[in-house]
Amino acid sequence: MLRAEGLYRAFGPIVALDGVSFSLDAGESLTVFGPNGAGKSTLLRTLAGLLRPQRGTVYVDGARYDGRNAAQRRRIGWISHQSLLYDALTASENLIFVARLHGVDRPTSAARAALERVGLGDRIHAPVRTLSRGMVQRTAIARSLLHEPGLLLLDEPFTGLDVDAARGLRELLTTEIREGHAVVQVTHNVEEGLELASRVAVQRAGRFVAYGPRSAFDAAAVSSHYRTGGTDA
Amino acid sequence: MRETLRDAITIARKDLLLEFRARTTAISALVFSALVLVIFYFARDPTEISDRALAPSVLWVTFTFAGMLGLNRAFQIELETRALDGILLAPANRTSLYLGKVFANLAFVLMLEAITVPLFGVFFNVDVVSPLVPLAGVIILATIAFVAVGTLFSAMTARTRFAELMLPVLLVPFLMPPITAAVQMTERLFAGRPLSEVAGWLRLLAAYDIAFVILGILLFEATLDE
Repeated sequence: MLRAEGLYRAFGPIVALDGVSFSLDAGESLTVFGPNGAGKSTLLRTLAGLLRPQRGTVYVDGARYDGRNAAQRRRIGWISHQSLLYDALTASENLIFVARLHGVDRPTSAARAALERVGLGDRIHAPVRTLSRGMVQRTAIARSLLHEPGLLLLDEPFTGLDVDAARGLRELLTTEIREGHAVVQVTHNVEEGLELASRVAVQRAGRFVAYGPRSAFDAAAVSSHYRTGGTDA
Repeated sequence: MRETLRDAITIARKDLLLEFRARTTAISALVFSALVLVIFYFARDPTEISDRALAPSVLWVTFTFAGMLGLNRAFQIELETRALDGILLAPANRTSLYLGKVFANLAFVLMLEAITVPLFGVFFNVDVVSPLVPLAGVIILATIAFVAVGTLFSAMTARTRFAELMLPVLLVPFLMPPITAAVQMTERLFAGRPLSEVAGWLRLLAAYDIAFVILGILLFEATLDE
């Protein structure tokens, strides 16, 4: 479903991606750990097609992807550490707008269903600026799942969520993966990240210093790679 | 084409709804317009230069700088929570984003102009009612040019450090032809001359509109690359 080959991207002297390669099938989940500045968000933006790699290629559903193909873009759901929501609009208005752009049938009922799915059925008419940080994050999650994407790209998705909301998101993502969606998640949260992963990577200075199946990693191993770099697991 | 227009209207509706809710840019632009008119009114020397001679330039200076407040905001609202990423990841094409912003900016600036013109008539003692229909036509044509170029430059400058400074610096040279045409036509209309007398300027303005809407569509995607 998703393949990255030799991705390289630098911003001036800073190399954010340096030869990153991996592949992910439907129903698999890759969690990428790494310290601040490791290039994790650049990786996700490149996979999403929001940023062009200077070298290397991303393939979505077997076809080269550079963010220009509308059918491939439709396959992607994106949660960033920013909400992508308009504060002055209500949760429902935000989602209806997204639904219309994605050509979702019956945008109003789709928006309501998506918000109910994340436990915000009673806040659909609340302006986003009046919602708590956790509720905003849940609205952002509803937004990203609205068009039923096959590939989810998640940048610190658990940020700002309370215990119940985090459990809800975990269950939701587990269901998505079980139903055949592919997930790439970047996070600092080792516990949450490992729980959903079928593959794990640790990124430092733009490189995957460790990459392998979930079974090859425990929290201590991830932390060790985090601090020191290291070899492939 | 139909889908592009549908998506453009969706984006424009969202922008106008946001502005309707916040009203910050509209109020700023209207207050700015009123202040410009007041300053020109008190700063001029009526014994040296007549209202009629000064009025067309004042009108278009006011429109231009007040309109820029709206243009500056057009892409800032997409960057505050990176909502632009969400739009770029939707299947909607980039042309619909450009046209959506053009439609919303056009509605915003025309609304601003509709309120400014009567104020201007009062301050400068100019009859804006008699030439209203041809004047509206001139204003609409010149505003299309302003917004077509302005939306493109707004997208280019929104991610720069000095966006609010960069936009006018880049935009003003490109606005010289349509503003010159608009001032010339407005001057003649206020003098009670028929619209046929300014047909050449009208054609220039129409050609400019067509050229810059097409250029905007063609160049817009390049402004979105990081």
